[in-house]
Amino acid sequence: MVACTRDEIEEEDVFRFDHDGRTFAIYRSPDDEFFATDGLCTHERVHLADGLVMGHIIECPKHNGRFDYRTGAGKGAPICVDLATYPVKVEGEKVLIGIA
Amino acid sequence: MSETLPVRTRDYSLVGIDGARAVESGLASAQWYSCLVPRKQMKALMQRRDGPAIRDTALWFACLSLSGSLGVYFWGRWPAAVAFLCYGVLYGSASDSRWHECGHGTAFRTRWMNDVVYNIACVMILREPTVWRWSHARHHTDTIIVGRDPEIAVKRPPDLLGILLNMFQLKSGPAALYGIALHAIGRLTDEERSFVPKMEQHKVFRIARIHVGIFVMMIASCIALRSIIPAMLLGLPSFYGAWLMVVFGTTQHAALAEDTLDHRLNSRTVMMNPVFRFLYWNMNYHVEHHMFPMVPYHALPALHEAIKADCPAPYPSLIAAYREIIPGLLRQARDPEWHVVRTLPAGALPEAVSA
Ligand code: FES
Repeated sequence: MVACTRDEIEEEDVFRFDHDGRTFAIYRSPDDEFFATDGLCTHERVHLADGLVMGHIIECPKHNGRFDYRTGAGKGAPICVDLATYPVKVEGEKVLIGIA
Repeated sequence: MSETLPVRTRDYSLVGIDGARAVESGLASAQWYSCLVPRKQMKALMQRRDGPAIRDTALWFACLSLSGSLGVYFWGRWPAAVAFLCYGVLYGSASDSRWHECGHGTAFRTRWMNDVVYNIACVMILREPTVWRWSHARHHTDTIIVGRDPEIAVKRPPDLLGILLNMFQLKSGPAALYGIALHAIGRLTDEERSFVPKMEQHKVFRIARIHVGIFVMMIASCIALRSIIPAMLLGLPSFYGAWLMVVFGTTQHAALAEDTLDHRLNSRTVMMNPVFRFLYWNMNYHVEHHMFPMVPYHALPALHEAIKADCPAPYPSLIAAYREIIPGLLRQARDPEWHVVRTLPAGALPEAVSA
């Protein structure tokens, strides 16, 4: 499924992708790789796409909870539950996300 | 015969009727009003830097060392009082904003630096790091929502004597020490259990024991040296130096609206001089901080510029804020239903609808 095009996401940034009543966050890392996770923080379901990408970390805009967006791993309070991740493929300019 | 309307009794406990009502009515964990800031601009404002906080922390510790050393050197003579006045404010008041900003993880870009300063500030201000991290998260989720926010400093009707006593932590200090003792023996209150998740509770107990150890060492030093000086440097300044924290902190939300979903209506931005802003780490930009907690303290003045057209006018000074707060609290002592109504500027987007 095409989520966005490469140039819709700046390097070290995040993009919100909504599909079929679900929301996802697509990341472009500083080394120009793409990743995808669930779009809502596991703490209080806030959109991560409003947060800040620092290296391979996404920081949630509400309480500054942090995840490694490559693995979904939470990095301490107030995050107690990891984030689901999804496979991403880049084909030319298109960024594709593998969602069931 | 004139009829008097019944005064609503407020249950500020986190496990009481107002908390349940807030959940039912959709006031808890709700969507809050947010000013529009383009993503590119917000991204620039959110950027973390180590430089400003390293500079400010070095200066803070240098001032603490200097004033503490002068206090010890002049002990028994009047210059010691001046030195300890400065030391107390730096220790018992400036630690509040360091605790706050480092707790958010926004002071430094480097995570461990935030954690080190956060833990030091916690000892200074008698706040247990884990409990307060979670209570502050709740404060941001449900700011001044009755029965949900554990950090409503001034309730209705206001406890005026309590506010005065807390100028020297005489009310909150003993409660904090009791909390540390309770946690050190492995217990939490029902309220704390409502916001500290189970998997984090062991940390509360471990850190409380560390805090007890620190205070026991301080008391042992006093006994060994037959002097109160160790306590004047560690422990007592949490009390005698707390007054400026109360002066600053009371401006944040006191006498403003409860149970609204718009930080422009329940928080105050107060313009302050550079010395106060250093001591308070720009927390005077409180509307901005609550609306966008990702923005570090050093970028709050720029954030203020970005959203001010959509916010009520800031208070031009601390005195201007207290011209509203003092009469407001006196009025709430008689009429707890009353609160200050902030006026949004012409052209501002309308306030968020509360439930
Ligand atoms: S909602 Fe994401 S950290 Fe709380």
